Amino acid sequence: MVDKIIIENLSLQYSDGTESLRNVSMGIRQNAVTVLFGPAGGGKSTLLRCLNRLNDLTEVKASSGRILIDGENILDPKTDVIALRRKVGMVFARPVPLPMSIRENIIYGLELAGEKRKSKLDEAVERSLKLSAVWDEVKDRLNDPAVALSGGQQQRVCLARVLALQPEIILLDEPTSGLDPISTGKVEGALLELKKEFTVILVPHSVQQAARTADHAAFFLTGELIEYGDGKTLFTNPKQKKTEDYIMGRFG
Amino acid sequence: MMTKFLSRNRHTVQRLGFIAITMVVIVTIIPIIGTIVFILVKGGSAISLEFLSGFPHDGMRAGGILPAIIGTLYLTLGTAVFSVPLGIAAAIYLSEYAKDNQVTRLIRLAIINLAGIPSVVYGLFGLGLFVLFLKFGTSILAASLTLSIMTLPVIISTAEEALRAVPQSFRTVSISLGATRWQTISRIILKEALPGILTGVILGLERAAGETAPILFTGAAFFLPRLPHSVFDATMALPYHLFVISTQVPEMPIQIQYGTALVLLVFVLTMNVIATVIRSRARARRQW
Amino acid sequence: MEKSLSWREFIITRLIQASGYSAILFVGLIFFFLLREGLPALSEVDASSLLNIRWYPLESHVGILPLISGSLVVTLGAALIAVPFGIGTAVYISEIAPRWMREILKPLVELLGGLPSVVLGFLGILVLAPFLRVFLNLPTGLTALTGSLLLGGIAVPTVVSVAEDALDSVPRAYREGAWALGATKWQTIWRVTLPAAKSGVLTAVMLGVGRAIGETMTVMMVTGNAPVLATGLGSLFSPVRTMTATIAAEMGEVANGSTHYHVLFFIGMVLFIISLVVNIIASSVVFRAKKRAERILS
Repeated sequence: MVDKIIIENLSLQYSDGTESLRNVSMGIRQNAVTVLFGPAGGGKSTLLRCLNRLNDLTEVKASSGRILIDGENILDPKTDVIALRRKVGMVFARPVPLPMSIRENIIYGLELAGEKRKSKLDEAVERSLKLSAVWDEVKDRLNDPAVALSGGQQQRVCLARVLALQPEIILLDEPTSGLDPISTGKVEGALLELKKEFTVILVPHSVQQAARTADHAAFFLTGELIEYGDGKTLFTNPKQKKTEDYIMGRFG
Repeated sequence: MMTKFLSRNRHTVQRLGFIAITMVVIVTIIPIIGTIVFILVKGGSAISLEFLSGFPHDGMRAGGILPAIIGTLYLTLGTAVFSVPLGIAAAIYLSEYAKDNQVTRLIRLAIINLAGIPSVVYGLFGLGLFVLFLKFGTSILAASLTLSIMTLPVIISTAEEALRAVPQSFRTVSISLGATRWQTISRIILKEALPGILTGVILGLERAAGETAPILFTGAAFFLPRLPHSVFDATMALPYHLFVISTQVPEMPIQIQYGTALVLLVFVLTMNVIATVIRSRARARRQW
Repeated sequence: MEKSLSWREFIITRLIQASGYSAILFVGLIFFFLLREGLPALSEVDASSLLNIRWYPLESHVGILPLISGSLVVTLGAALIAVPFGIGTAVYISEIAPRWMREILKPLVELLGGLPSVVLGFLGILVLAPFLRVFLNLPTGLTALTGSLLLGGIAVPTVVSVAEDALDSVPRAYREGAWALGATKWQTIWRVTLPAAKSGVLTAVMLGVGRAIGETMTVMMVTGNAPVLATGLGSLFSPVRTMTATIAAEMGEVANGSTHYHVLFFIGMVLFIISLVVNIIASSVVFRAKKRAERILS
């Protein structure tokens, strides 16, 4: 097993003083689910948004450190961020279907990347919807507006939209926070399939979900990485007192 | 006992107050409706095919107002050509690109000021810059440019509002899928904001179509026996024509005056109604 | 392909940025051309004759005091109408009217804002002026009052829309708090909502007045165009002439580059500065109000 991503001494502060990261270093394994968990404001989402440079859209006051993906520092100003974002896909907390049909949602990124051939696009639609386990539910209404779907379906379509670009890394920021238990189960099931092909980084919406899905788990508290290790070990036998307190539900 | 009296008293005050304020509203509204109905009724009998499609003759005391109608169309279109792309682009800048800094604040202040400058001052400016300095002469081009700058603040502020109403999450998602900023704007944001932008554009052009002072010395002609041939020709225009025939021409038949006012009013009101309809239909259909 | 894409992006971004900056450019250009054509007036006639009380350019009397006083009288009259009616209507729309009524009233008021000023001037000549002449038993109906009445109407939509926005942005909790303490709706409006929206309402009044000062065609058509110095309230009932009307009426006839021409531009410059001051003050009032709201919320 190799580290797909290596984070070195990453620190970051937003201009408005909210969430920040302090000197985070960690390696993230290929073809595994790495879970970043901890109380709100701990820096998990910030870290995710560093990995595809989505923080470029926010006002960042200061940042330092390096993030190496396949050995290349993506925080380098010369990085092609467009290519990076195709390689590192992201699913958000609330499903955000773009105001167009299901099919158009899926091929949006591909078309931007210059893919015009209908056969390729159709193929991508079917493949990615199957991967995200929603194909059977939507295959007969691909040209309907995506907003007409249920929340759980929308979120899986959003996942498919990311998969269509054939990324190598998938970031999920509390992807099931608005979903019912059944839809949550379907999304989690899809994740377990995905890790065979992709590097998955998940910010879960509960400790239970973290424990259910994690191959590796990292506990974040107020911008610091407190503990990082194998998922099973960390949730059954945490080394740090703070981690244990959080897992036991003593604070939240 | 005392409180009971007080409480009755203040409810009487409230009732009287509401009656007073309702009267205020009625006094405000009746002249608006009255004006429109009055002109529709009085001008209606002047409207005929000849009036709409003929040229004025006998010192404008007879005949039609075609050149004025066409002229106002030209000026409105000319204004649109300049102000619509520029206004929308400026709105995109303010909503999608501008950071919250001194320059942006200055731009906003400039827009507020553009909106407040008296229309006749726009006329002076147009005369100074377009007619004399750039030597466009008294022409459709000079008048359209002048009206464009006057219309700009209306278009910018309504378009910016429409753009800002599009949820931020669309932008984030689009960028995260590998879109550039402009691709995001052109493929998603503009499409979603279109009805709002359109409403602003029409309201801006409506104002341009009805204005007289800015075109007085930049492009309006007292009388032209023919239609303008190029953008360097002066033109007749409905509002200026109404001004001329109601103040400058003695013994002007009243029918023609009312008829001209009616045509101008219909022109402007139609734009207003279209804008209102677009806005309310878009609101009803919106999915976010 | 990627390369050409990023070039396109670059150029489009620059174009958009330039369009954004153009607003500053236009304000600058307008001011520049007014100065360029208006300042020579100061060297051609000395300041004392500009401040004279006679406006008769054909004989080189270019005192602009009568015009300024004319503008003031008409605008003051217009404000006396637009403020109560505008704020009253705004209060009604935002606080009292049922929803369906609001949906009718708002477009109607907007419609008034869209009526071309020549149409109002036209009706002023044909309907309002004769009525006032008979009703008030005046020698002519074309007076400052006629102008004020119409200008008041023209300023109403501006006042209504800005004031209504201000009232609308008063948090609902304020009203509910007042109701919970037993205040009537009416008391709540006067003692809570309106004071809370004070700065926005003030802005509304200023912008309305600004609109009235700058209005041209209507006043030119109905105020009788007599450049006499207004000395008191009595001038409301006699003909006056405003700065805007003077420019509109005379610019067409003067020779480019003549003293008269420069003085007209000078008047335009004065108007420009007045509107600049009004708008800067009005917008800084809004700014301050916004900041206070942010403080309350944080």
